[in-house]
Amino acid sequence: MTLELLVLMIPTSCLVASVVTGLGSNYLTSRVVHLITIGAVTISFLGSLWVGVLVIQGQRLDMILYTWGASDTINFSVGFLIDQLSSLMMVVVTFVSLMVHIYTVGYMKEDPGYKRFFSYICLFTFAMLMLVTANNFLLLFFGWEAVGLVSYLLIGFWFERKSATFASLKAFLVNRVGDLGFLLGIAAILSLFGTLDYQAVFASAPEYATATVEGPFGNEWKWLTIICLLLFVGAMGKSAQVPLHVWLPDSMEGPTPISALIHAATMVTAGIFMVARMSPLFEESNVALITVLLVGAITAISMALVAVVQNDIKRVVAYSTLSQLGYMTVALGVSAYSVAIFHLATHAFFKALLFLAAGSVIVALHHEQDMRRMGGLWRRMPLTYITALIGTMALVGIPPFAGFFSKEAIIESVLVSHSVVGSVVYFMMIAGVFLTALYSFRLIFLVFHGESRLSDGNSNHVHESTWVITIPLILLAIPSLFSGLVLVDPVLSGNLLGASVVSGVHEGASHGAIYMLSHAWVTPPFWLAIAGTIAAWLLYNRYPSTPKNIANRSQLGYRVLVNKYGIDRLYELIFADGARALGHVLWKFGDRLVVDHTLVNGTARFVGRLSGFFRLLQSGYVYHYAFVMVVGLVAIMSWFIFFS
Amino acid sequence: MSFLQVSFYCFSLILIVAAVRVVTVGNAVKAALYLVLVFFSAACIWITLEAEFLAIVLVLVYVGAVMVLFLFVVMMLDIDITRMRESFGRYLFTGGSIAVIMVIELGIVVMAGSFDLDRVPRPVGHDSEYSNTKELGILLYTDYVYIVELAAILLLVAIIAAIALTLRKRPKTHYQSPSQQLTVTKKERLKIVEMDSETNRSSNRGSSS
Amino acid sequence: MIPLSHYLMLSTLLFSISIIGIFLNRKNLVVLLMAIELLLLAANINFVAFSHYLGDAAGQVFVFFVLTVAAAESAIGLAILIVVFRNRQSIDVQDLSQLKG
Repeated sequence: MTLELLVLMIPTSCLVASVVTGLGSNYLTSRVVHLITIGAVTISFLGSLWVGVLVIQGQRLDMILYTWGASDTINFSVGFLIDQLSSLMMVVVTFVSLMVHIYTVGYMKEDPGYKRFFSYICLFTFAMLMLVTANNFLLLFFGWEAVGLVSYLLIGFWFERKSATFASLKAFLVNRVGDLGFLLGIAAILSLFGTLDYQAVFASAPEYATATVEGPFGNEWKWLTIICLLLFVGAMGKSAQVPLHVWLPDSMEGPTPISALIHAATMVTAGIFMVARMSPLFEESNVALITVLLVGAITAISMALVAVVQNDIKRVVAYSTLSQLGYMTVALGVSAYSVAIFHLATHAFFKALLFLAAGSVIVALHHEQDMRRMGGLWRRMPLTYITALIGTMALVGIPPFAGFFSKEAIIESVLVSHSVVGSVVYFMMIAGVFLTALYSFRLIFLVFHGESRLSDGNSNHVHESTWVITIPLILLAIPSLFSGLVLVDPVLSGNLLGASVVSGVHEGASHGAIYMLSHAWVTPPFWLAIAGTIAAWLLYNRYPSTPKNIANRSQLGYRVLVNKYGIDRLYELIFADGARALGHVLWKFGDRLVVDHTLVNGTARFVGRLSGFFRLLQSGYVYHYAFVMVVGLVAIMSWFIFFS
Repeated sequence: MSFLQVSFYCFSLILIVAAVRVVTVGNAVKAALYLVLVFFSAACIWITLEAEFLAIVLVLVYVGAVMVLFLFVVMMLDIDITRMRESFGRYLFTGGSIAVIMVIELGIVVMAGSFDLDRVPRPVGHDSEYSNTKELGILLYTDYVYIVELAAILLLVAIIAAIALTLRKRPKTHYQSPSQQLTVTKKERLKIVEMDSETNRSSNRGSSS
Repeated sequence: MIPLSHYLMLSTLLFSISIIGIFLNRKNLVVLLMAIELLLLAANINFVAFSHYLGDAAGQVFVFFVLTVAAAESAIGLAILIVVFRNRQSIDVQDLSQLKG
């Protein structure tokens, strides 16, 4: 099978399955629905693997399938670009999606929206595939918005819950902010380059590197800086970077499989993917790179701190996702694009694993999410416990788990970037490693160890989940264990992504997997991870009363963290109340006075008065009209004779 | 002063006077008769312009047909002439002043010199072989043939419209309906009654004849 | 010889007289129609005069069509007049104010 056919088949099978199950849900049984969608995603996954093999053999594809519209010199087309980056993303997306599909069979078993759910996640897979395989900005934007839409639908999946609908709205609105920036960035690209095709834009990026535009205060801005900053605003929205991160924790209102698929493994990494894809543009703008670096570092450290004080099991994982996204963004900021993608891939595996494990616990406890009412579950749910432990170790960065290599590569890239900002960020990163270990093992100790704090209803019949739930956990645990080990050499030698991203100058020296493993014990991140683990053990297992004491001692700090720095409150004050006040003013003044009173009623009154006057002319006598005609004729004649 | 000039100015004078009488005379019958005079003198003036065909058409169509139509209508309607004379002069000033302004303005344009003989010389008349009718006919049935067709349709529409407007059903008039007559059957016309044969003696029922 | 301007002046006078006629005869619809015939005649005189002086017979063709339209117009005008009279027993224009809103 040729590459073209494969590339067409992979998203199409998902789309068809989604449409069939979505529209035909009244006629299909649940069993048929999940068989269709899982089958479609399996086809996509196998196809993606095949594409990956073909790409490794050296095949590339940049094809235009269909011209959407052509205007003057601008072509809007549907086209696909298959290279190492997109094929890697395809494999990751379809693999996690397949796992989540299988898992959902068990997780959503009794949900009335079972068929709808499968239709949505299949649609999501399609949209995400479009996003990663696009060969132009327009199709990228299509995928970008489509995943946003499905994310909105799925966060509000339990729409009878008020909190879920609010969370979905919040996600949608915050993403609009980012998307506006993204759209403006695309528009700027169109106006500067005159085309939306990746290859054409990247090829001419160096030409326009010095193009400037005058800012509002007379200062000169590089065009590419503006473009990159705008695109990054889009990435901030989608990848939930500070200060547009507020939607991601709330998105945990959606079902857990969604949190795993969309809000941990794939969609939220779209921003990272996009920046990596645009690496030729970002390379031309130092300002943009430093912004990316700082935003990533702040996100990584601040969200890790918040994760330490959360009690909801899903929210801990969500904040950890935010923090890890910050790590990826930092890697982008130091031009280590392939390292960012490396971390993206490993993170997709172990974070999906963690979410699904959390979901397994939640199902076993009948939708109990508060970690204060868990504990001691490792005996009862051994499989979940082991897989969750593997995921946590990968997240914390214990060698030789996947996260160790990717995180180590990021930290090393920051270290070798040799700039003032870089060294500050380096310390933030290794502090983040400690925090990561602390909150991750806090979760493990609170949920699986210690004495049981289960509520009465749950305490007796908690048992391991069914095989449809545990099989995905095991399948995800495998790449969480080995993907780092396998991928680290190609990544560091620059072979994995090849020419599809710019190979930055700051990437870590290519030591190789063996070197990294054998030298792990002399690097600070390793010892900090161990320290974090021990601290978590001490605080949450050995002396469980200590955290409370610490919280009481430092009231202020604790409250700041629990309230997530008050950012939500601030947004509520500024944007929600501000918008309401503005709306009130506009309603009173703009709508009531200007529109209703002056324009609408005013028009009517004006017309009424004017016609009251003109009615006098309408006597109904034909000769009056004739008279007016004749007078008009004379007037026009006079004009022609005397004035022209 | 040539004969042509004399005749033009004479007929012009008649035309103007007759036109004034048309609009001032009040009596519709007289007005129609003056209108005939106007059209007749206009036809004569057109002959001085070598438009013989149109002059004849004007006399035939207008004087012969349209004016007769007017007279018919005027005489058919029972118009109260005394009421017609009321408020006759009330608008004389308005109408008159507008007309005077119009004459002055058009006079400025017309008499400014653009249409004098040195600018637009009077063409030499055609010889006796020339047929105005033939020339017009060639034009009408070649270049303007479609418009002639359109004019014919227009006239047809006018006929239908005039008939449709004035046609009314009189309740007491008797009409024949040929379609009904044709669809009639024997049953509707002929009624066969069966009865006992009568003899002369059976007169006890009371038929005295 | 007679200049073109005299023919045009004649039609101007005729036109103005008919305008006055429209103003004066607001009682009598028939005379109003006659005034309109005069208006058309004034235009026709212009056509014929220009046609002769410019040597183009097309002007006379136009007169032909104007006569057609005028005939149609007077036929329908008179038909309307009859209908009006039949309904209102009068052809006084001042009585016709149904158009008043």
